[in-house]
Amino acid sequence: MRALTWQGKHDVRVETVPDPEILNPRDVIIRITSTAICGSDLHLYDHTIPGMKDGDILGHEFMGEVVETGSSDHKLKVGERVVVPFVIACGGCFFCKKQQFAACDNSNPAETADASEIAYGYPMAAAFGYSHLTGGYAGGQAEYARVPFADVGPIVVPDGIDDDKVLFLSDILPTGWMAAVNCDIEPGDTVAVWGCGPVGLFAVQSALLLGAHRVIAIDHHPRRLQLARNLGAEIIDFEQVQVREALAEMTGGIGPDACIDAVGMESHGFTPDNLLDHVKVKTFMATDRVHALRQVILATRKGGRVSIPGVYGGVADKFPIGALMEKGLTIKSGQTHVQKFMPQLLQMILDDKLDTTFLISHRLDLEDAALGYKNFKEKQNEYTKVVLKPGSGIQTRH
Amino acid sequence: MARRTRPDPISDSPESTAKDPNPAAAGLMASEDEDTLIGRTVTINRPARELYEFWRDLRNLPLFMENIESITVIDARRSHWKVKGPADSSVEWDSLITEDIPGELIAWESAEGTSVPNSGRIEFRASDNGRGTVVTATIAYDPPAGALGKMFAKMFQREPKIQARRDLRRFKQLMETGEISTSAPVEVFP
Repeated sequence: MRALTWQGKHDVRVETVPDPEILNPRDVIIRITSTAICGSDLHLYDHTIPGMKDGDILGHEFMGEVVETGSSDHKLKVGERVVVPFVIACGGCFFCKKQQFAACDNSNPAETADASEIAYGYPMAAAFGYSHLTGGYAGGQAEYARVPFADVGPIVVPDGIDDDKVLFLSDILPTGWMAAVNCDIEPGDTVAVWGCGPVGLFAVQSALLLGAHRVIAIDHHPRRLQLARNLGAEIIDFEQVQVREALAEMTGGIGPDACIDAVGMESHGFTPDNLLDHVKVKTFMATDRVHALRQVILATRKGGRVSIPGVYGGVADKFPIGALMEKGLTIKSGQTHVQKFMPQLLQMILDDKLDTTFLISHRLDLEDAALGYKNFKEKQNEYTKVVLKPGSGIQTRH
Repeated sequence: MARRTRPDPISDSPESTAKDPNPAAAGLMASEDEDTLIGRTVTINRPARELYEFWRDLRNLPLFMENIESITVIDARRSHWKVKGPADSSVEWDSLITEDIPGELIAWESAEGTSVPNSGRIEFRASDNGRGTVVTATIAYDPPAGALGKMFAKMFQREPKIQARRDLRRFKQLMETGEISTSAPVEVFP
């Protein structure tokens, strides 16, 4: 089959690789009809996440048609259309029973689980196409994918509905939703969202659906800010405005009740702390640049909530622990428990209460995936979301 | 090695978590040679009886223990173990079940004269907070050829502590999910 493979920093290529096979009874194989490039794929593209091997197949946002099932008693049938959660979860361990699917104890193979146990204290769950720290499972930017524990993860979607409407159930929609849920929004609340990438925009949309009085979105790309405004947010361009002062003024001096860091470790900005971070990362004195998170913690009102869907992997320097403690903030974070949120979000899409297609800026054939990566990284204003369609024959000018 | 002496411990944690663990204090009938003690606890969301019975049928152990070449059951208490060692070597010994409480505990020790004296215990305790069964493996052993042997073993990822951790993960996967998780890619050059 054809698949997008990682070959090193800023080097991804579509190559012919062996087709996936059923390895365990609960596996299924799906033929992929749509798959997206995620902002977190850029961490792999930039090689800021370790544990990659040449030839790894990327992609953790995908959907398609079941073409083969393993020997166990499957609820999925050949021919059904499914969206696959990026988190691989067994459904039977303590964590899955608590619906903390992103903490599944069993999906990360015994050998690869050591790395995260050493780094984080306990082994992390597995994910598709996301380095060998999370299991080394082949991803979905391909024609076919093997899906383990298929009786727990994939959700069946009705035949009539277009891929573009449901594809984002695989990651970014539940991630934006959980980010807003983690804000514990109360009536009258103002929620500020740092980063208007896909997760930030879905967090804006979700916070409003969950009853936020106001949402203020922060970015510097005009098109992304416009999309946030279209959803009903007020906006701040951090290149033109002093963000903390603006937020205080816009909230009557109280500050936002809840703040969402939808930026993660790639945060931009030419402030002294950020430049110092850059030096420390380059010299391995720290791994994660946390400029946005520092600003989030300082901007949140006393007694407020901080939600961190943005991805971090290592350790940070100059973390404002004093502001966190003295103001009495509550922090919630984590990889998304996708399986927990999928059914209600699918229902909202089917009921036309939620539309996610506004995000898609480009549709490419899988063959043009490398171009999609390059442009998603370099032209962030224009490329808000790239969806790849294997075998579609869509022609793109190079 | 002579047994260490130290003040009576006051912590409630298992002996294997001590900075200087003592196999005898862990309740193992260890010989003087067995100077290394490892312990690992996992919670498995299945009944203790089911886990005990699966483990007690020693023929099941190679399903999740990676370094075992074979286990031959001799009689109700005795079995013969053949285990992979460093660099294509293998180590063999007879093992004797010294204690067997159905649904709760299996303890064993190697027969006299083995090159790798070892003893151990696997305990299955129903959790008191509804989380299934708390499974604790405790193993005392004398590393082959001392520190050098241990270093070689580590290079080949067969260092017993790493091995025990991975074996218990696989046991848990098999019991909770019915299969052992793998991301093994299809071989390009079979």
